Amino acid sequence: MKALTRLFIAILLAGGAALLLTRPKPLEATAIAPDSSGVSARGERIFWAGGCASCHAATKAKGADRLKLGGGAPLETPFGTFHAPNISPHIDGLGGWTLAEFANAMQRGIGKSGRHLYPAFPYTSYANMTPGDIADLYAWLKSLPPVAGKASENQLSFPYNIRLGIGAWKLAFAGTPGPIAPLPANASEAVRRGQYLVEGPGHCGQCHTPRTQNGAGKLDTTKWLAGAANPDGKGRIPNITPAALKWTAPEIADYLATGFTPEYDSVGGTMVEVQENMAKLPLEDRAAIAAYLKAIPAVTSGK
Amino acid sequence: MRHSRLIAAAFVATLFTVPTFAQGGPIEQRQALMKLNGRDAKAGGDMLKGAAPFNAAKAKAIFISMNDVANKYGALFPANSKTGFETEAAPAIWEKPAEFKAAVAKFQADTSAAMKIDVSTQAAFGQQFGKVTANCKSCHESFRIKKD
Repeated sequence: MKALTRLFIAILLAGGAALLLTRPKPLEATAIAPDSSGVSARGERIFWAGGCASCHAATKAKGADRLKLGGGAPLETPFGTFHAPNISPHIDGLGGWTLAEFANAMQRGIGKSGRHLYPAFPYTSYANMTPGDIADLYAWLKSLPPVAGKASENQLSFPYNIRLGIGAWKLAFAGTPGPIAPLPANASEAVRRGQYLVEGPGHCGQCHTPRTQNGAGKLDTTKWLAGAANPDGKGRIPNITPAALKWTAPEIADYLATGFTPEYDSVGGTMVEVQENMAKLPLEDRAAIAAYLKAIPAVTSGK
Repeated sequence: MRHSRLIAAAFVATLFTVPTFAQGGPIEQRQALMKLNGRDAKAGGDMLKGAAPFNAAKAKAIFISMNDVANKYGALFPANSKTGFETEAAPAIWEKPAEFKAAVAKFQADTSAAMKIDVSTQAAFGQQFGKVTANCKSCHESFRIKKD
């Protein structure tokens, strides 16, 4: 009897500890920019660097329609189908959100209601962004046309449909933000800017770096940008470390601007969206990304 | 002796004809056509970037050649050509035949229009080249899967 009580207490304690450990951990107030400090005109650059429209605008939206962020194409993965939500300034989207709520979604994966968000939303990369850029992006998103309507619910298979599990996932895999690729101490300002764009808003590693746990774990930073299985299940996302990407820095920058490789093969697949977003960045940002990709360690295989 | 020479000759002939036959298959034919497109796109891009001098006759020839590819291309995806020869053709070609057909038809229409327009200045050529080559990525977005 006594043993049973002890077991019962142990289970309660373990359950309590698990709940405590897996509950959402919001940003410190000091890690969030002051309210209304964001400048919408500056936020546009972050918006294109972050590729927000690729998931939150309608499928294959072109031109001004890419700024209507009512929720986008279903993202089909081995875990089920995700639907990116409405992030337009309508009340169905970001309408009622404060900057602090937005920052917590972007950098901690915590929704407005305090629930965990799935890492299909690349907050583990956005965690590397500056509070100022988050505030600028928030201001920009608030300036866009409101779109009514909520996106469909995610259709996920068990056990991925249990949100509490994301808390455990974060505990095990989200890690701490910070520079990922080791760079030489004398790396140029362009290389450092490229590092920020690629590892932070650009979230390139989310597809170009393999994950542990058969694709369900964290990004394997020992194989940073060395190529990975395509998350939608077909083909591979290429290795873009100097081990495989032999283009010159201007050729890389040119590819991001035009969608053409040096041999005039064209960009394809999901990279088309990415390239079209990158084409909207200032020239120096594309040059910075190229400089960074030439400076990172060469890793031979992501397999 | 004579007989064995005949056999050898036949064997050598087979050696040469087998690969030739394979090159004639739809996958290799469409790969060869796509290479022509790449060659033409590079020639056009080089002229626009200033890596090669602008040549009006060459500019026109680029669109004629691309239109020829466009007209031959769509028929080279029979149901038995989904795999092999390291094809990068996406299953979507056979899963969404109407969309694929529309993409090919757009490439045909855009190259055909460009062929008929005066592209004797670099600016005029650049405008048409932009329209025509927008087909590359719009089609590759859905219908090509890179192996690596």
